Amino acid sequence: MESALTLNHFLFVSAALFAIGLAGVLLRRNLIIIFMCLELMLAAANLTLVAFSRFNVQDGHPHYDGQVLLFFIITVAAAEVAVGLAIIVALFRTKETTDVTKVNSMKY
Amino acid sequence: MTFLFYLFSALALFGGIGVVVNRNPVSSAISMILSFLGLAALFIQLDAFLVGILQILVYAGAIMVLFLFIIMLLDVREEQRRRRSIVHFIGASGVAIAFVALVITVLSRGDIGKANFTALTESKGPGTSDVHQIGELLFSTYWFPVQIVAVLLLVATVGVVVLSKKELK
Repeated sequence: MESALTLNHFLFVSAALFAIGLAGVLLRRNLIIIFMCLELMLAAANLTLVAFSRFNVQDGHPHYDGQVLLFFIITVAAAEVAVGLAIIVALFRTKETTDVTKVNSMKY
Repeated sequence: MTFLFYLFSALALFGGIGVVVNRNPVSSAISMILSFLGLAALFIQLDAFLVGILQILVYAGAIMVLFLFIIMLLDVREEQRRRRSIVHFIGASGVAIAFVALVITVLSRGDIGKANFTALTESKGPGTSDVHQIGELLFSTYWFPVQIVAVLLLVATVGVVVLSKKELK
């Protein structure tokens, strides 16, 4: 039986993707992978925004405010990745590792 | 339509799982690109064409290339196989599963999530596409956040230059 797609379908996929990212952050020890899982969680939240925007139709148009917010999120994510990776490189220079279990002192 | 939804959400989810389980960072990054492609297809299915293309261009294109570049620059090795405590594993997956269960419980109670697709008016001629609409919003209602984001990008650029200096002080 083929059922029509509802908002819930998209929200469930979004939640599952977010949970996968969360599990990755908790399970992995490599800082770069943890950072990638953070990006995954951000992207999963984006799906929620677009889904709500599409299912809130006004005058035959989706509610575009959600997509504008997404535009800002993508921009902030790009800036965040640039700074985050620079921090990881700086950390690697002083510690010679990207393993979070080996980065446990505040002073370098 | 429904089939495509399941196909692309499976692509996004399995890509995500690939990021978590792959031991090699490069394979993780490639799975991540796969996941973002599936996600972009879902966006396009939701009639958000501009956002779907942005997702591919910015995430799958720029951000993942940056990640791959750093992985290769630092020459990150495969994570060593280590006896991982079972408590750690159960705890992490327990938190993730609890989160999904929470969302499913909340969503199945309300009526908001049961909304079906409503038809959109066909976009004809100039000025009706979503690119045009979003652009108009960005430069009228949201002009101030656009300025703030511009400053943020500048700050990020300066920050990266400062952080990449040879000696951190």
